[in-house]
Amino acid sequence: MDPVVPGIGTSLPRVDGVAKVTGRARYLDDLDAAGAWHGATVRSKTAFGVLEGIDLDPAFDWSRVVVATAADVPGGNFIALLEDDQPALVKIGSRVMHVDEAIALVAAPTRALAFEALKHITPRVRAMTPVLSIDESLTANTHLYKDTNVFKQFLIRKGHAADAEIDAVFASAHLVLDGTYETSPQEQMYIEPQAMMAEWRDGRCFIVGSMQCPYYVHKAMKALLGCGPDGVVITQSVTGGGFGGKEEYPSMLAAHVAVLSAKAKRAVKMIYDRDEDIAATTKRHPSRTHHRLAVDATGEIIGIDVDVVMDGGAYLTLSPVVLSRGVLHAAGPYRCPVVRVRGRVVATNYPPHGAFRGFGAPQTTFAYERQMQKLAIARGEDPLALRKRLALRSGDTTATGQLLGFSVGTDEVIAAIEGVAGPVPVRDGTGPTGAPVKRGRGVCFYFHGAGFTGSGEQRLAGRATIALKTDGMFEVRSSSTDIGQGSITMFTQIAAGALGVDAEYVSVIDPSTDLVPDSGPTVASRTCMVVGSLVDQGSRALAAQLQAWAKDNGLGGRPLLEIAKARSAHGELTHTVQYEPPPGIQWDDATYTGSAYPVYGWAACLVDVAVDLDTYEVTIDRCVQAVDVGKAINPSIVKGQIEGGTLQALGWAVLENVVYKDGKVANANMTNCIVPTFADAPDLETILVEVPYPFGPSGAKGVGEIPMDGPAAAVANAVENALGVAFDKLPISPEAIAATKAHWRHS
Amino acid sequence: MKVSLTVNGTAHAVDVSPWKRLLDVLREDLRLTGTKEGCGEGECGACTVMLDGEAVNSCLVAVGQCDARTVTTVEGLARGDVLHAVQKALVACGGAQCGICTPGIAVCAAHVVDRGLLVGRDDPSARAQVRELLAGNICRCTGYQLIVDAVIAAAREAEMERAGFTPAREPEMERSGFTPAREPEMERAGFTPARETDKR
Repeated sequence: MDPVVPGIGTSLPRVDGVAKVTGRARYLDDLDAAGAWHGATVRSKTAFGVLEGIDLDPAFDWSRVVVATAADVPGGNFIALLEDDQPALVKIGSRVMHVDEAIALVAAPTRALAFEALKHITPRVRAMTPVLSIDESLTANTHLYKDTNVFKQFLIRKGHAADAEIDAVFASAHLVLDGTYETSPQEQMYIEPQAMMAEWRDGRCFIVGSMQCPYYVHKAMKALLGCGPDGVVITQSVTGGGFGGKEEYPSMLAAHVAVLSAKAKRAVKMIYDRDEDIAATTKRHPSRTHHRLAVDATGEIIGIDVDVVMDGGAYLTLSPVVLSRGVLHAAGPYRCPVVRVRGRVVATNYPPHGAFRGFGAPQTTFAYERQMQKLAIARGEDPLALRKRLALRSGDTTATGQLLGFSVGTDEVIAAIEGVAGPVPVRDGTGPTGAPVKRGRGVCFYFHGAGFTGSGEQRLAGRATIALKTDGMFEVRSSSTDIGQGSITMFTQIAAGALGVDAEYVSVIDPSTDLVPDSGPTVASRTCMVVGSLVDQGSRALAAQLQAWAKDNGLGGRPLLEIAKARSAHGELTHTVQYEPPPGIQWDDATYTGSAYPVYGWAACLVDVAVDLDTYEVTIDRCVQAVDVGKAINPSIVKGQIEGGTLQALGWAVLENVVYKDGKVANANMTNCIVPTFADAPDLETILVEVPYPFGPSGAKGVGEIPMDGPAAAVANAVENALGVAFDKLPISPEAIAATKAHWRHS
Repeated sequence: MKVSLTVNGTAHAVDVSPWKRLLDVLREDLRLTGTKEGCGEGECGACTVMLDGEAVNSCLVAVGQCDARTVTTVEGLARGDVLHAVQKALVACGGAQCGICTPGIAVCAAHVVDRGLLVGRDDPSARAQVRELLAGNICRCTGYQLIVDAVIAAAREAEMERAGFTPAREPEMERSGFTPAREPEMERAGFTPARETDKR
């Protein structure tokens, strides 16, 4: 690792910044294909049943539109992901698995006509009794997935072989803390709704749209269309936010526009309305975590026992991987010799829950950081001092037995919070409106594994290409998408730094499966760390190739740009790098032991709240996050990532919720499914801590997800500190606070 | 119904239903796709434009209400290739991430800055004022912090200008990496930017 790379660590303005502030960046809805029609989706109104038929109103003029059903799917009628259980369109005779499931499609010359036609199509469904809770799923005789309701389960054991041994540890404990924690579904609420367009040309299907993972869509379309890799081309348009919500779901839209476009014999564009987007697409998995801590007389944790259950919704989608990340973080970043973590993700008749920033970790982080708060209260110990005393450091092992070596930022992030904490807010006071308030402070400490779990990166073997183009300029080619997180700017900086040229000589191509190798999906806090590292290596290798060429051609010692200009006259020169795992990474999928992640990010958070005693609203007065990011390639972009994630976490803590009624989203609009506004957000204090990861570009490691994990627990801890009553369920809404009033100890 | 309106200084006459949303007239009839639709119900503010100098959600305005009126969209904020102070500050401060809410935020912030609505821009209260004035624009990426920084910075620059200082302005678009980037790739993939009428 070269410690000083030019341009790294500077806040280069986003290379797409001007296009975005002038309105020139073109999102899918800003693109057109000549004569494109508009697609719309006929959806189920029933949570569970059998589709017996699809009735078309004979009074409607069907000659003006095209209708497509499962019968029109040319290849396999499923969305290929981890498994093939989710259909693109429900086939007649098959089960409808959730409200708002896609049953048929319409394309029409205008969007208005397409939506008008929807009203004249009626799916005939024989309703059955749906499974609408985790408990029902675990006990029902109805089986939603194969012959079970459990999509996936995991068991992690550390320091014991059989249940009796951990039972003995708990029996010997000086103190056992036992709690059950529930988290709510959360809507990603990217401001650009899901959007996709397809057109067939010369037998190839061209799909362009808003997405995180072009090669996920590519894989799904190969299966759905029954074609080879060249039969379909997937291109990302400028994407207006994702946060996980555009990880798996875009394959569904791609399937729909591809089928419609084939049948309509013209381009078809589909843009979801906000209500449809909230109702039909994925949410964060709701969860229930039972967490037990065994502590000895000296205050050391001697046993951790966790049982996590997540609600996966109607299809498997990415639930096993979400659960995996959840269980791998469930014991927390704390020293403990004996750990058991059980996890299950179960099937219900809700729309599938899916990827959302944090990916299972925020749910279990909420549980373990509430437990640590209770431990601090039980022992009368300062909450931050307790965490400092028990936290993992270099030389310790995690729940999976991973020996931590490099890049453990525990002491640095805790010291950063200690340094700025200041006096604890005075409990009783008056808020800005004159209402009486109770104030409190909460902290949390947490970690987040960067990159894919276990051997995921090895299996994926992501690639990236650096090219010297014939115009003498350099180009980064990867399938990593910029969804607002700033990857094209960071890649520009990484490549320019490694090549030793100014950023203006480097561009980053927009991902299209015809033009870029598969670098893996844009998920899992991996883009900067994993793909950025490929960009770094590829750029260095290309520079070396150019220097060698220069030597052979009498240009040795000349500036790289001059060499590049000369070499470019002989055609394009490229260098492609494939991921190699860092040394010492070993993971056993069978026993769930070993290096769960190549490295972790570490963070500590402090939150001060005020609870309004008239309205029971929680106001976040202060929120400080200290995050160990390894190296901030672009501090402004990293700060933006942390602050955006932090506010999503604060929103999840106090005001965001998706409310289901009979399996249907009851608040499917932005008026009722609220997210924080400018006025709801506090000024966010962000402290960047840099404990370098030796195998990341200039030491960088993942940052995208970690800020989402901890703040909700810090808020709950602060509200408990204010009122003297525990809050173990999210969101901590005014209703939730009002319901506890009789139990407030600080009245 | 024939509606005459001036958009970004150019007079237009459109013959459309008076109930057509101003947002759709801008995007479809005038091909000004900088104004975005995020929710269609006046919650997110992505479609904010100025109507006779007032910030409005163009998804909630029927074009029939706009006859003989003046509209400013995000495309009308820059003067030629010189960005408006808020656009410059949003780029410089990192206030745009995915960018889909940015046009609405830029328009609303320009309204705040151009009208001098911030009282005591250097006071601690200025940040709270920005939060209140922009509360109708939702951003899901930034946590708002860097946008508030940008609006304060732009207000400061605008005030300097009003006081007679002319900050050095350069043709930013040329300089700081304006990427028409995304258009060529779309064309390579065979999709052209919206030029024909989007028949929504």
